Amino acid sequence: MKNSKYLPLLATFVVFVLGYVICISVFPNMLSTRVAGNLLTDNAFLGITAVGMTFVILSGGIDLSVGSVIAFTGVFLSVILRDTSIHPLAAFAIVLVLTTAFGAAMGGVIFFLDMPPFIVTLAGMFLARGISYLLTTESVPITHPFYSTLQEIYIRMPGGGRLTLIAMIMLAVFALGIILAQRTRFGTYVYALGGNLTSAQLMGVPVAKTTIGIYALSGFLAGLSGIVFSLYTSAGYSLAAVGVELDAIAAVVIGGTLLTGGYGFVAGTFLGICIQGLIQTYIVFDGTLSSWWTKIVIGLLLFGFIALQRGLMWMSERSARNMRHASAAAQASGA
Amino acid sequence: MANAQPLLSVRGVSKAFLGVSALENVDFTLQAGEVHALLGENGAGKSTLIKIITGAYRRDEGEVLLEGTPIHPRDVVDAQKLGIGTVYQEVNLLTNLTVAENLFLGRQPKRFGLTDVREMNRRSRAILDTYGLDIDVTAPLANFSVAIQQVVAIARAVDISGKVLVLDEPTASLDAHEVEMLFAVVRQLRARGMGIIFISHFLDQVYEIADSITVLRNGRLIDTVPVAGLDRLKLVSMMLGRQLEADIKRTIDPNTAKSEPLVSLRGLGKRGSVDPLDLDIRQGEVVGIAGLLGSGRTETAQLVFGIERADSGTISVGGAPVNMTSPRKAISQGFAFCPEDRKTDGIVGDLSVRENIIFALQAQRGWMRPLSRSEQEALADRYIAALDIRTSDREKPIKFLSGGNQQKVLLARWLATNPRFLILDEPTRGIDVGAHAEIIRLIIDLCERGMALLVISSELGELVGYSSRIIVLRDRKMVSELTGDEISTDHIMKAIASHGATGEAA
Ligand SMILES: Nc1ncnc2c1ncn2[C@@H]1O[C@H](COP(=O)(O)OP(=O)(O)OP(=O)(O)O)[C@@H](O)[C@H]1O
Ligand SMILES: [Mg+2]
Repeated sequence: MKNSKYLPLLATFVVFVLGYVICISVFPNMLSTRVAGNLLTDNAFLGITAVGMTFVILSGGIDLSVGSVIAFTGVFLSVILRDTSIHPLAAFAIVLVLTTAFGAAMGGVIFFLDMPPFIVTLAGMFLARGISYLLTTESVPITHPFYSTLQEIYIRMPGGGRLTLIAMIMLAVFALGIILAQRTRFGTYVYALGGNLTSAQLMGVPVAKTTIGIYALSGFLAGLSGIVFSLYTSAGYSLAAVGVELDAIAAVVIGGTLLTGGYGFVAGTFLGICIQGLIQTYIVFDGTLSSWWTKIVIGLLLFGFIALQRGLMWMSERSARNMRHASAAAQASGA
Repeated sequence: MANAQPLLSVRGVSKAFLGVSALENVDFTLQAGEVHALLGENGAGKSTLIKIITGAYRRDEGEVLLEGTPIHPRDVVDAQKLGIGTVYQEVNLLTNLTVAENLFLGRQPKRFGLTDVREMNRRSRAILDTYGLDIDVTAPLANFSVAIQQVVAIARAVDISGKVLVLDEPTASLDAHEVEMLFAVVRQLRARGMGIIFISHFLDQVYEIADSITVLRNGRLIDTVPVAGLDRLKLVSMMLGRQLEADIKRTIDPNTAKSEPLVSLRGLGKRGSVDPLDLDIRQGEVVGIAGLLGSGRTETAQLVFGIERADSGTISVGGAPVNMTSPRKAISQGFAFCPEDRKTDGIVGDLSVRENIIFALQAQRGWMRPLSRSEQEALADRYIAALDIRTSDREKPIKFLSGGNQQKVLLARWLATNPRFLILDEPTRGIDVGAHAEIIRLIIDLCERGMALLVISSELGELVGYSSRIIVLRDRKMVSELTGDEISTDHIMKAIASHGATGEAA
């Protein structure tokens, strides 16, 4: 069926709604814009980098460096704002250029040296983390007044919830990500690479440019995520955001994107983030559960989704085959 | 026209892969407004030559001129920009993208800087309309048959090419009707002054559509000649460098028809796929399956081999019923199945020719009982010789073989399991005239040594040559079974057509 490609997305949506209904039935207070606002704010940095991860995974790759890049960004900002009088906006621009270039370089290595993305970005992960340590090993607070200004920007939602600046940035990144994936040439090229590299090449997809672009995008969004993270924590710390790359990958996969590439949606990743946020919120509301339950539930969900994807793939292959019979027969009888 | 400037000319091109020469000093000239067939055995260098023209490979020597100007396409995009569109032999499009996205990949219409999906879908429908194809262009390409995917690939290449269109074995998975449609489009393009390079192993098609022919052999240019007045035997001997022996017709031993069947199907069918059918296959017998594309030929084979599960009927082997639930089960009964879609099914590109040949046999024996290296080598060498697989040595990764030779390796893989019952789906597709004859001889030979075979083929002449019996399928139903003197192309055509006249409403 044509719609089979939307099925994983639909499944994620159903899981999200079910999860929300369960949460609300246990804690009716969770049905409020305040909770929703907090959920978006708390997961803003994760969401932003998960958008980049979605593109990487859609193309059949992986980016393990994003957690370290987020930490690097925070450390870089805190140090540069402490030691110089540069304006934070200028610092943002500099750090975004750096992280984008870092991503592009990894993409270049992956393409030109024909190396597996796993290895290259693993190296990138150690490299970025190492550089953060070089800058400083302690947690450096950010006290610039501009930070406070930014932190106070929010939209009041009906019901008293706050949509903070960083939540808005995340929503904007998702919106732009969806457009980029669905409505631009670059987006189609990303799907093409994930579908079949050789075919893509022979059909004229600029593989080098696209590969570099994908990792540059992931680097850029990791940098942006780092900025958001520094706004969220008002500090830079080289040990921060350890394992965020894995949370991002989990959100992407729970969102219905196939780890082997070629199939999936940015919008699914948004749902993946919301589901993770929901679990965390539930644990906070409960108060007695250890926060490790988040990991356990996410682990179970991941298993569930991978099983679901297998099942769906199997079913859609079957129905595709049936469709093929039907179309071939229609053709033959038209002959 | 000899003095007019050629559209495309290739001069003294050479190309070697890892020191093994694939093309040597080849000249090739394509005029505007002509269809130029490029012929040669499997591995002659046809695909390599067109990959050089289209920028997929870099040439070692020589030059390529487009309208008199030297071109150096760095990659496929470059060639596309110059107006050269290509359907590559081994490439299917991207099955995870929609039909429309495949048609417009890299040149999507834009509106306000973004892809205009509606416009893209509209134009896709219009393009496919000229091929008489009315399909949902927003569905992923994976939903459609190989034939439709092929038509989409051709439509894309035609739409891209402004000057030169290259078709590398485009018709291998098309039926007669689709081939006609393709040729109608090619004729239109020719009339518009485009140059078309056409590679095929179907000589009938070459005679039908081509204006001139260039023959390659072992990477060398043999000759370029006009088609008009070209004697077919002469052409074949140009390609092979020897005479082809006369057509082979099997003599059938009347006693086999009386022996007990090895495999018998009773009411075997699956709703929506194949209507229930009865069939007996005896040892020493080749049962041919004829029918149009989509008539249920491949589906029947898949039911027998357990790839699809039947929902009615029984299969018995040697008199005992077998519940054919999976290919494993079938293999354990001594069945083997060489599938039709060899482009995608079964080639393990990085493994060597030897490893690819022993693959199924090893799987059948179980990985606990590995074949010794010398056994493997002996097997590989035997089939490389028997099927005339062109490879510099048996340890070469199979992805470096030409398309036709890869197919021969897959055929060898199943032959090596030495089955009791062998199913072949289009065994000669994409295989050159010389090797064609080898394979037919092999089929007859296997059968005479007591194997039971079920062979699906669109080449009726061939089917008639080796089959003891032929069943004809139409609209997923067995409509006729031909035996003895009834076995002839005429009868098959009649069986397909007569029932077609009544079934047309469906
Ligand atoms: N990428 C490659 N690496 C190494 N050898 C190659 C490569 N591509 C082709 N060859 C070799 O070059 C020779 C010519 O191959 P080519 O694909 O051009 O044959 P072809 O004429 O198209 O045959 P077919 O009819 O089977 O498609 C073959 O011997 C093949 O093994
Ligand atoms: Mg070829």
